[in-house]
Amino acid sequence: MERDQEKIDSFTRRAFIIGALQGCALTVLGARLSWLQVIEGEKYKTLAEKNRINVRILPPSRGQIVDRFGVPLATNLQNFQVLVTPEQVESLEKTLTDLKKYISLDDGSIRKALRQAKLKPAYVPVEVRNKLNWDEVSIIELNLAKLPGVSIQAGDLRSYPYKEATGHIVGYVGRVAEAEMTSAPLLSMPGFLVGKSALEKKYETVLQGIPGKAEVEVNVHGRAVRELSRTASIQGERLVLSLDAEFQRFVQQRLTTERSAAAVVMDAVTGAVYALANHPSFDPNIFSGGISAMDWEQLRDDPAHPLNNKVAGGLYPPGSTFKVCTALAGLEAGVIDENTTTFCPGHYDFGNNRFHCWKVGGHGTVNVVGALAHSCDVYFYKMSNAVGIDRIAAMARRLGLGDALDFDLPETKAGEVPDTAWKRKQRGDKTWHPGETINASIGQGAMLASPLQLATMTARIVNGGKEVKPWLAGYAGSKKIFQEEAKAMGINPKHLELVCRGMAQVMQPGGTASAAQIKEPGMQMGGKTGTSQVKRISKAERASGVRRQEDLPWHLRHHGLFIGYAPVENPRYVCAVIVEHGGSGSGAAAPIAHDIMLEVQKRNPAVKEMEKI
Amino acid sequence: MGIFRSSLFSEDMSVWGKIRQIAWGQVFFLCIYATIGFLSLYSAAGGSIDRWASPQIIRFIFAIGMLVAIAIVDIKWIFRIAYPFHIVVIFLLLLVDIFGHIGMGAQRWLDLGVMKIQPSELAKISTILCLARFYHGKELYEAKQFKNLIIPLMMILIPVALVVAQPDLGTGLAIVFGGVAMLFVGGVSIWLFIAGIVAAIAAVPIAWQFLHEYQQKRVLIFMNPESDPLGAGFHITQSKIALGSGGITGKGFLEGTQSHLNFLPEKHTDFIFTLWAEEWGLLGGLFLLAILGMIILYGYWIAFRCRSQFARLVAFGLTVNFSVYVLVNIGMVMGLLPVVGIPLPMMSYGGTALLSVMAAFGIIQCCNVHRDTRLPKGF
Repeated sequence: MERDQEKIDSFTRRAFIIGALQGCALTVLGARLSWLQVIEGEKYKTLAEKNRINVRILPPSRGQIVDRFGVPLATNLQNFQVLVTPEQVESLEKTLTDLKKYISLDDGSIRKALRQAKLKPAYVPVEVRNKLNWDEVSIIELNLAKLPGVSIQAGDLRSYPYKEATGHIVGYVGRVAEAEMTSAPLLSMPGFLVGKSALEKKYETVLQGIPGKAEVEVNVHGRAVRELSRTASIQGERLVLSLDAEFQRFVQQRLTTERSAAAVVMDAVTGAVYALANHPSFDPNIFSGGISAMDWEQLRDDPAHPLNNKVAGGLYPPGSTFKVCTALAGLEAGVIDENTTTFCPGHYDFGNNRFHCWKVGGHGTVNVVGALAHSCDVYFYKMSNAVGIDRIAAMARRLGLGDALDFDLPETKAGEVPDTAWKRKQRGDKTWHPGETINASIGQGAMLASPLQLATMTARIVNGGKEVKPWLAGYAGSKKIFQEEAKAMGINPKHLELVCRGMAQVMQPGGTASAAQIKEPGMQMGGKTGTSQVKRISKAERASGVRRQEDLPWHLRHHGLFIGYAPVENPRYVCAVIVEHGGSGSGAAAPIAHDIMLEVQKRNPAVKEMEKI
Repeated sequence: MGIFRSSLFSEDMSVWGKIRQIAWGQVFFLCIYATIGFLSLYSAAGGSIDRWASPQIIRFIFAIGMLVAIAIVDIKWIFRIAYPFHIVVIFLLLLVDIFGHIGMGAQRWLDLGVMKIQPSELAKISTILCLARFYHGKELYEAKQFKNLIIPLMMILIPVALVVAQPDLGTGLAIVFGGVAMLFVGGVSIWLFIAGIVAAIAAVPIAWQFLHEYQQKRVLIFMNPESDPLGAGFHITQSKIALGSGGITGKGFLEGTQSHLNFLPEKHTDFIFTLWAEEWGLLGGLFLLAILGMIILYGYWIAFRCRSQFARLVAFGLTVNFSVYVLVNIGMVMGLLPVVGIPLPMMSYGGTALLSVMAAFGIIQCCNVHRDTRLPKGF
């Protein structure tokens, strides 16, 4: 046990050393405290007295969002709030009941104010009501003497004059969430708002602005007595969009004939988006100043999903609109040319499977232009395996599918372009079946694309094979933030011209969307219809005669799609329209495309200069 | 009677007998210390009990029960789980780092569904237990050998690396301090310490590169707080004004102008000592320091009376851990140390910190209750 004793001695010695160090440290702390409080006490007392100079942050005004002509889409209104400072009132309840005599105040907001007051120190003012009108402000100002502790504060309220029409584009603002909090003192200011969706979120740093500072002298109760100096805040940059607001409103209105639809119109040459509309939509104004729980639940639970931006974030099988891509892939691969014809008997047998053409009797003999004009499935079925899924998928990607396209809206989705590599990765080591290629050739199967991507695809075909990307934000302040020039992708112009000819034929007598042709000279459009299956047509159904789409419940009907461009000569505008569960592209989507493509050509925003500072 | 047969509560003492063996004097001082905390939290909330004080009181009552429960656990059992516990804690720290990485940003919590735990708090305790167990099994001459330094260093540096990666530099440094103190009293050669200190000083410029920008800024501002009186130096300057203007007798309960006019930042967490000393003056401040001194002194007294090296080292290590926090926090609010974001244990608002400090005191008390228990040698 001698060794144990040795260990104890060593421990004791060394623990004493550390203990003594700690004792010293504690003594130093005591000495420091005495030094600060006794020797330097007077000095610090004066400093504390002088410490009436409080630095207050002046929040900047949020930058405006305007359309290409400077029409405001998101702007700031003055917002008057009533505040009560609990420490300056005898009874908060009584003051609130008194306030009720002058302005309308529901029980909910009284309860909320009382709860807030309990959580915060008594000297922090509590917000009682928002959005006072002028009458209410003046009646309170008049009676301020009778209402001690009550004050009125002016702040900014974000306002969206175009309401539902631009909800999905500008987005909305809201209180800073805990996850968004950084060390920037601006964010912790009560009531400070940041972008929560769409452009408001994406361009938060641009729109936010730079806070100012005011040095304020306060009295013992912390109330401001006098302002000593002030550095003004700098308003956030103005964001100029490619959008044409009036046209946007027109498109939005046009979609309201359907239960759920979305459309986008963009410039085939520059990629500028002129309208991007969804129906149903939401009014972003209801988020400013706090959305009510009921409004929120209503928006969230609506089966038509008004909060979803279906143009950029809605993904659908592209259906027959994809045939333009398959045709181009076939042409580029040399599998087909202008003169390649196929006989369509109304179905195509491959292995043990029979693939049906949408037209029961078949199309007879067709070439590529005819196959596009009549949307003959069999033509594409037959060429698909000679081209191969990997070459079809590669063309789809070149045309903008499977990519978020660097679009300005955070809600944008990339979609899915299946090929052999994709299948290996996504679905394990399964082999790709030729049958899947057949399906993919007419845009069915695992392929998913957004209307924005379909419009981009159309633009890249009709603009002579240039890699345009859609964009919304043109200028942040005076800084240009969009890409004007698109580089050529090296696709044979003859092949592009052939696909364009097919799309033009779609709108001619005999074509699938001839009824929707624009009659005005010089404004004719070309396009392609598409129908994307929501529910497979079963063998039994086919045998008993396919049920008419109108007889199905709404949510099982096919989506109607349409992609279009105009004018046919020197195309400038492209569009993509989807009518969810609209039955068919020609019946539901093409008439909408007719109206909006006619309107955009009449307004012709492409020839008008964008508004700059 | 081999220890591997022992139950959680040892046979040779009744539960009641064990409870009587608790050093109630230390518990008494802990209660006074906690009460000072409740008063300060009540004042920090502007005279409201609901905001911080009452949740803290409820947690403290629960924590006292936990302290007693831990104190009567058989120390043989703690001895046995020392290594596995440390391994589990390292695993939990790893999980936090992984989830934190996925969640993009600092993360210290692990959500187990039923409760959230902060593994870095556990790591402070498990490192001490682990090192105590190691040195318990080593003779003094073995402890002095260089080769026997590798394992204890790993025991310290692995959790420290994981904690710093969270990133939580404050807790990481606290574990290093506690661990180095353990190496010292465990018997590691003095020359190694001297070499270590020299190496540490040499490493400062390298370590500097690894600090986050905000951490570098804190150190620079500590060197010269007046350089940024309205920015980050604001905290230190305002805290000093609050302390100094308190004078000898203080401004009176709920009357601290610095705290109540919001000049004092984080007054319910990191700067709670300032709030207390502003309102209660030098007398209150020294009283609080004296209470802390008594709590620490009790920890040493317990360590010295333990018969096994394990219990000695555990009681010592956990006491050092507590005092490091106290000294660093108070030194920081007085402008003696840089602002490292370390709370004042138990007084600062926060449930996990309170529970883990009280759990540590429960283990210290357990050492006191079982001060005569013999523990086996060997790794």
